[in-house]
Amino acid sequence: MLSAFTLHQPVSVTEASEMLRHYGDDAAIYAGGTELLVLMKERLVHFAHLIDIKQIPGLSSIAVDDAAGSMSIGSLASHRALERSPLIRERAPLLAEVESQVANIRVRNAGTIGGNLCFAEPHSDPATLFVAWDAHFTLASAGGSRTVAAADFFTGLLETAREPDELLTGIDLPLLPSGAGSSYQRFKTHERPAAAAAATLWVEDGRIRDARLVAGSVGIGPERLPATEEMIKGQEPDATLFARAAELAAASVFIEEEGFESAEYKRHLIGVLMKRALAQAAERAAS
Amino acid sequence: MTTTTRMTETGTITIDATVNGRPVHATIAAQTTLLDFVREELGLRGAKRSCDVQVCGACTMLLDGTPVSSCCTLAWEAQGKAITTIEGLSAHGSLDPIQQAFVDTGAVQCGFCTSGMVLTAKSLLADNPSPSRDDITAYMSGNLCRCTGYWRIIDAIQLAGERMRDKDGGS
Repeated sequence: MLSAFTLHQPVSVTEASEMLRHYGDDAAIYAGGTELLVLMKERLVHFAHLIDIKQIPGLSSIAVDDAAGSMSIGSLASHRALERSPLIRERAPLLAEVESQVANIRVRNAGTIGGNLCFAEPHSDPATLFVAWDAHFTLASAGGSRTVAAADFFTGLLETAREPDELLTGIDLPLLPSGAGSSYQRFKTHERPAAAAAATLWVEDGRIRDARLVAGSVGIGPERLPATEEMIKGQEPDATLFARAAELAAASVFIEEEGFESAEYKRHLIGVLMKRALAQAAERAAS
Repeated sequence: MTTTTRMTETGTITIDATVNGRPVHATIAAQTTLLDFVREELGLRGAKRSCDVQVCGACTMLLDGTPVSSCCTLAWEAQGKAITTIEGLSAHGSLDPIQQAFVDTGAVQCGFCTSGMVLTAKSLLADNPSPSRDDITAYMSGNLCRCTGYWRIIDAIQLAGERMRDKDGGS
């Protein structure tokens, strides 16, 4: 059973931010509720004030800015909306593919992309993908707004760079140019993935110009693998290179001991999944 | 501070919605879940409480045709919406084609997951009238059954889809 709370329904970001500042630790932002209500029901957290931000207009839009080469996604867009958006399917199909596999159909209907990211659960599929995709997040408060790179947003287990009076209002996703490709691979036997790997490769004149490689679900949040990135930069994308890179990724990734699977097994999975992610990203970069 | 909210000073919210086509007006505590509202206040017990953390699907209801976990949905979120529970599928005295297909293929064993399975299948077939087995598996993956092994549930949904298409095409 849920304990009683006071519901607030602000109609602007400024109003919501002022409420957050006023109620401090007694308040939580409420949108889809898919993570929050579960924790409240299990008595793991209690908030006397829920601030329902769904009345704030304009936070669920999905649009492409071709001049800027990016897609903007409102934080209140549901997983299901991202999965089905014709614009995302056409211009960022990997995001639609990943979103179509988040949790289950009911969670995707209710849960918002912003809530997923702000909760910073280490098994989040979009969090891992967005770090590999170099997405940027807009955080807004009554005092103004700022932009944070996805890689800097996730600061620890269930922790983010969002200040208590800030709202995540939007996601800015760069549209990959031709010659670039991205992939997300995961393995799961239970509700949440046991391990995930995301890779984005920028290939120029037959060589990897830049790479962003990220391990997900095995640590305290999405983890970039800089040593592995350096290893493949300047190289020709091929299976031998990717096998060596996957080995290094598996050896160097931080593993948090939790869940159903052993650390050794999760390390093994990162190697397998990173090899697949690299191969698919390279294939997409070439197409 | 002044705030905007639908909640009254006593912590209640009024909700106007339809349940299986019937208008419902109620005043409820803000923290009431849709599952508790429908089971305890309205007395419709077809939706089951099982995992209570939106993993199993036994409490599935449709809100404007869309499946939700009623155990983790606040009832007032259904304001202005059409709530469909399993009781609404046979409201006119005959089984829905999906229910009939579950009976005909033997897709029901203990029955605890069945109302959620049928409602999720209803939403799937409304969206995709001729799903492949893979489509069904993907869409239904959040509805757990610990008896059947799923095979006959997939058979039932395919059969229901065929019968519904035949009926639409033949009319």
